[in-house]
Amino acid sequence: MQKQGNVFATTQGIVVVGAIIGVVAALLQKAGNPANMGICVACFGRDVAGALGLHRAEVVQYLRPEILGFVLGSLAAALLFREFKPSGGSAPVTRFVLGMIAMIGALVFLGCPWRVFLRLAGGDGNALFGLAGLVVGVWIGTLFFKAGFSLGRAQSQSVATGLVFPAVILGLLVLRLLFPPLVDQIQSGVLWYSVKGPGAARAPLFISLGAGLVIGFLAQRSRFCTMGAIRDLLLFRQMFLFSGVVALLVGAWVTNIVVDQFHPGFEGQPIAHTMGVWNFAGMVVAGLAFALAGGCPGRQLFLSGEGNTDAALFALGMIVGAAVSHNFGLASTPQGIGPHGVAAVVVGMVVLVLIGWFHLPRRHA
Amino acid sequence: MKVDARGLSCPQPVLLAMQAMADAGSGIVEVLVDTEASRENVMRAAQSKGWQARATDLPEGGFRLELSR
Repeated sequence: MQKQGNVFATTQGIVVVGAIIGVVAALLQKAGNPANMGICVACFGRDVAGALGLHRAEVVQYLRPEILGFVLGSLAAALLFREFKPSGGSAPVTRFVLGMIAMIGALVFLGCPWRVFLRLAGGDGNALFGLAGLVVGVWIGTLFFKAGFSLGRAQSQSVATGLVFPAVILGLLVLRLLFPPLVDQIQSGVLWYSVKGPGAARAPLFISLGAGLVIGFLAQRSRFCTMGAIRDLLLFRQMFLFSGVVALLVGAWVTNIVVDQFHPGFEGQPIAHTMGVWNFAGMVVAGLAFALAGGCPGRQLFLSGEGNTDAALFALGMIVGAAVSHNFGLASTPQGIGPHGVAAVVVGMVVLVLIGWFHLPRRHA
Repeated sequence: MKVDARGLSCPQPVLLAMQAMADAGSGIVEVLVDTEASRENVMRAAQSKGWQARATDLPEGGFRLELSR
């Protein structure tokens, strides 16, 4: 039987999806999300870790509804289009560690690949160093893939197993509904909240959740992936995913100009530091980790909504990585890198290269 | 030539299919994949290299892609 086409998985489709994500992200900032951070899977994952009390950085605690929406929107699309296919078992613990390292690297830069583009769209020149690092990290990843790198095959899993991660996400949404933020309180029921800083900058719940659901749905259909955009361009000279990311950048940039959120420069950019070398190096680490795992942080959430438990483990690794980042002083602040940020980059890179090396095909004597 | 890319994550199905097409030069290359995304990616890559691509469902789930030139 010939399969019917998927309109979102065409160049026009992904351009429209990318543009929608860009516009929505910029408008989320207008609606209350942090500046140049309408959506950032790393920053928001870190906020989620804080909301659950996994770290105690008081300015970054909020159970971001966008993250929940990403998974649930993707789940809805996957169920609707019969693409919910539970799978897993491709080096699960390795993927968990890749998620941790990806988050640790991203928090040295202060943003995931999505935020690289949103920071650029807001005029933050420091993000150029992050973008360069991302490209280099992904490029190193392509070298491993060309040499035969593989984390092995996933097997199909039971429907129940595929639903576990979306169910956890649904449980978090219930907590968010049961325990909403209270004025000037850092705790509401079991959840932690920020009363100042980026964690206190939040769009209204239903706007955030709605945006997350729509983006999750569209991204599942279009396979939107910011890391894959760069990887496919380097590896195959293929523009499909890249055209979506360009559309995101343009969509966010135009929206920022219209709503007066475009402020070009390097100094004093929101939730960013000016240490170019570490903006670059942090993103090399994150980019390589995303490349080895086969998807940017957003894509990992969308895949987990399709029942991919390996991607779900990567996402959980990111949450734990965020906790480690803040508890160990690895994460940067607008003042610069954390006390152990350099060690984080070095150790992260060494671990990634070892993971890459040990998953190359072995020649049998 | 036959490639079984089932269970492999991005970008491996496309890499293996591209390698098989390069090795074969012409004729028929059969690629097995297990997700819709891999099906789209391999077909898109094949078409960009001037190959024709046709997909059929596998009884156990997934797709058999016939790439021909």
